[in-house]
Amino acid sequence: MIEALELLTNTSLWAAVLRIATPLIFGVLGALLCERAGVLNLGIEGIMTMGAMAGWLTVYLGGDLWMGLAIAAASGGLMGFLHAGLTVPLGLSQHVSGLGITLFASALSYYLYRLIVEVGETPPTIIPFRPLDIPVLSDIPVLGPILFSQTAPTYLALISVAVLAYVLTRTPLGLAIRMTGENPHAVEAQGLNPNVLRIGAIVAGSALMGLGGAFLTTAAFNSFFPEMVQGRGWICIALVVFASWRPGKALIGALLFAFFDAYQLRLQNVIDGVPYQLFLMAPYVLSIVALILVARRAEVPEALMTPYRRGER
Amino acid sequence: MRLERRENVPLSTVAMAPLAAILAALVLAAGLIGAAGVNPLTAYGEMLRGALGSRLSITEMLTRATPLILTGLAAAVAFRARLWNIGGEGQFYVGALTTAWIGHSLALPGPIGMAVLMVCGMAAGALLLAGPAFLRLRFGVDEVVTTLLLNFIVILFVGLMIEGPLRDPLAFGWPQSVPVDGAYRLPDLVPRTRLHIGLLVAIAAAGVIWLVLTRTVFGVETRAAGLNARAAAFAGISLPKTIMGVALVSGALAGLAGAVEVMGVTGGVTTTMSPGFGYAGIVVAMLAALHPAGVVAAAIFVATVFVGADAMSRATGVPSFIADVIVALSLLTMLVALLFTTYRLRR
Repeated sequence: MIEALELLTNTSLWAAVLRIATPLIFGVLGALLCERAGVLNLGIEGIMTMGAMAGWLTVYLGGDLWMGLAIAAASGGLMGFLHAGLTVPLGLSQHVSGLGITLFASALSYYLYRLIVEVGETPPTIIPFRPLDIPVLSDIPVLGPILFSQTAPTYLALISVAVLAYVLTRTPLGLAIRMTGENPHAVEAQGLNPNVLRIGAIVAGSALMGLGGAFLTTAAFNSFFPEMVQGRGWICIALVVFASWRPGKALIGALLFAFFDAYQLRLQNVIDGVPYQLFLMAPYVLSIVALILVARRAEVPEALMTPYRRGER
Repeated sequence: MRLERRENVPLSTVAMAPLAAILAALVLAAGLIGAAGVNPLTAYGEMLRGALGSRLSITEMLTRATPLILTGLAAAVAFRARLWNIGGEGQFYVGALTTAWIGHSLALPGPIGMAVLMVCGMAAGALLLAGPAFLRLRFGVDEVVTTLLLNFIVILFVGLMIEGPLRDPLAFGWPQSVPVDGAYRLPDLVPRTRLHIGLLVAIAAAGVIWLVLTRTVFGVETRAAGLNARAAAFAGISLPKTIMGVALVSGALAGLAGAVEVMGVTGGVTTTMSPGFGYAGIVVAMLAALHPAGVVAAAIFVATVFVGADAMSRATGVPSFIADVIVALSLLTMLVALLFTTYRLRR
C-alpha cells in the first residue's frame, strides 16, 4: 500500500501522464471540433490508425519527422473529407458512416503498410522525436522534467488546446462553427453556408485526429503495428462528452485519464496477485463511469447528428 | 442539383442497391490491387476460386458465414430500432466463453445439452447488451461508446479467464480455455469438413427473426421506435420496454454466434478466435438493408471475400488485408446506394 502511494512521488509517473495524454488531447480536440459543428465523427479510431501509419511511413521512406506529422494530418483530413462528403451534403447516418470510415481507414492503413514495408520477425523502426529540453525551464527541479522535457508534438498538442479554445470562443469563425452545431438555420440566415462550415470543421478535426495517431508511431513508439490505437479514439469520443464540448475541460479530461493509465501501468509492478488484465481494463471502465457521471447534465450541441438541408425543417 | 424524395420505391431498386454497392467497392479496391502490381481481374478470379472453387472451399466459406449471419442479425435487429449496438464483438466473446465454461462440465444428453448451451450463450450476450441499454434508458448515456468500450473490456476479461480459472491444462501453455465436452460438439453438416449444423441454426434464426419482425406486435413496435420514436411513444408504445427488448434479442443473437462457433469449430476459447465477426456483422446488416433474409446473402458475400482473399493472397502476394478494405468500402458504398433508393437527383 505504501509502495502504491510512493509511486505518486515519482517524477517519471507525472512525465508519463503528459506523454500518454498527448494522442488523447489531439483526438479529443478533433472530435470536439467536429461535434461543435454538429457532426459526430466515429471515424476517429480509423483516422488515428491512418495517421499513425502515414506519419510513420513518411519517416520510414526518408521524410523528416515534421513531414511525417504533416502527412499524417493530411491523410486524416482526407478521411475526414470522405466522412464529411457522406454525412453533410448527402446527410447519411453519422453513426454508420463513421464506423465505415473507421473500418475503411484501418483496413487501408494495414493494407498499404503490408504492401510497402517488408515485415520480418520484428517490425522495422524509425528514429522518433527525442525529448526536447526547454532551456532554463527544464532545469527547474521536479517541474522541469515533468513539463519541460517532453517531445515537440506534446507541446504542439498543448498549443492546439489554446488555439482551438481561442478560435471557438473569441473569433467570428468560432461563433459560426458553434452556431452551425446549435442552429444551422440561423447560420444560413446570416448569409453563411452551414454545410461548408461543417465540412471544414470535420476536415480540420480529422487532421487533428491524424496527428494524435502519428504521435504514437513517431514519438511514443518507433514502429507501426495493427491494432495499436487500442480504442483511444473511442475513449476520445467519451472524453468529449465528459468535457461538455469545451477544449479546456477536454485537456483536463485527457490528463486525468492519462494519469490513471500511467498509474495503473506502474501499479501492476507493485501489486502482486492481481491479474494484469484488470489493470488494463481500468481505462475503459473509467471512461464508462465518466460518461454515466456527466450524462445527465451534458449540454449536447442542439443540432448534433441532424443533417442540414436547405429549406427543410 | 438537389435530392428529391422518391414517391414510390420499387422492390427491384432496393434489391439492386447492394449489388451496385458491391460492384462499386470492387472497382475502387481494384485500384489498390493494381498498386500491388497484380491484375485486379486475376486477383478477383483467384478470390472466387479460393472461396467457391471446390467442395472444401465452399464448406470453409459457409463455416465462416455462419457466425456472420448471427452477428449480422444482431446488428440488423438493433439498428432497425436505432439502438446502435456496436458491441457484437464483445457479445460474441461472452457467448463463447460462457458456452465453453458450462459446456466443459455439463452432464446432459447430447442434443439437450447443445440446446442448453446455446441458450446459455444467448443469455450471456443478452445480459452484456442489457447494461448499455439500461445506461441509455436510465442516464441517457450513448450506447455507441459504451458498447465499443465493452468490447475491449470483454476481450481482456476473456484473457484473464483463459489464463486463470478456465485455463486448459492440456493446451501446452497456449492460452486457451477448457474445451466444451465432446458430446456437445455440433455434428458435421458435410462429412470430413469443418462445416457444422450451426449453419442451419443461423439460417433458422434468420427465419425466426423475419417472422418476429413482420408478424408480431414486438416487430411493429421495433420498427416504429426506429422510424419515429416520438410518434411511437404517442401511439402508446413503451419506448424503454421496446429498446430493452431489442437489446436482449440483439445481444442474444451475437452471443449465439459465439456459442455456435465454440461448439462447431474451435471447442475452446482464445482471444483471437474472432477475426472481427462483431464488426463485420454491422457491414452484413447494412448490405442486407437490415432485412433478415438479406443478412444470409450478405454474410455469404462477406465470407466469400474473407476466405477468398486468403487464397488470393497466397497465390498473388496481394496482402490479405484487401478483404477488410473491400468489406469496409462496400459498407460506405451501400450507404450511398441506400440513399438513392429513397431519393433521386434533380436539377
